[in-house]
Amino acid sequence: MQSKVSLIAGALCAASVTACVTINIYFPAAAAEKVADRIIDDVYQLKPDTAKPNEGGGAAPK
Amino acid sequence: MVHRIWRYFVVLSLLAGVGAHAAQEPNLTIDTPGITALRKGLRDNFRQLRPLLESGAVGLTRDGNVGLRDASSVPLAQRAQVNALIAQSNQDRAALYREIAIANGHPEWENDIRGIFAQRWIDRSRSGWYYQNTTGAWVRKP
Repeated sequence: MQSKVSLIAGALCAASVTACVTINIYFPAAAAEKVADRIIDDVYQLKPDTAKPNEGGGAAPK
Repeated sequence: MVHRIWRYFVVLSLLAGVGAHAAQEPNLTIDTPGITALRKGLRDNFRQLRPLLESGAVGLTRDGNVGLRDASSVPLAQRAQVNALIAQSNQDRAALYREIAIANGHPEWENDIRGIFAQRWIDRSRSGWYYQNTTGAWVRKP
């Protein structure tokens, strides 16, 4: 009886440890979205339109 | 004896639970000199890219890049320059996705990061810009 219980407990412990490792290497999509938004907003600079957009031919200085 | 084993198990489970919870909400770092330089490159590049996105000559691709959508709207004399601009932007984007994955100790995340960026570049784009939908067709953002 006792050895059966310790076997089960051991198996559960092993399972917990495995689960932990699995979670740790899982891709953190929410965190990735957060950094993506930070970088993208910075690139787009989505602030009120202060600058007049360049029209047509003016797009290529130099 | 049995009780002691169970107590160990309970303590271990709690620890595992705490560990798992902490692991579920990690922050990704983007604080490396390489990533900072790439962000600056993308910002500078975007200043020239923006009018092309607004005119529809260039669009956001479904794989996290930019692409030439309507070559005919670019005067012939400027076409090579526009292509170079697109190539430069895509090179910086690829490097950015790779650098973020490496900076966080998981180079194998590069494609997942690219996938997230692909979606967010489109989600946060402006009305009137073109993007590729999941089948690759160009769609004008309403």
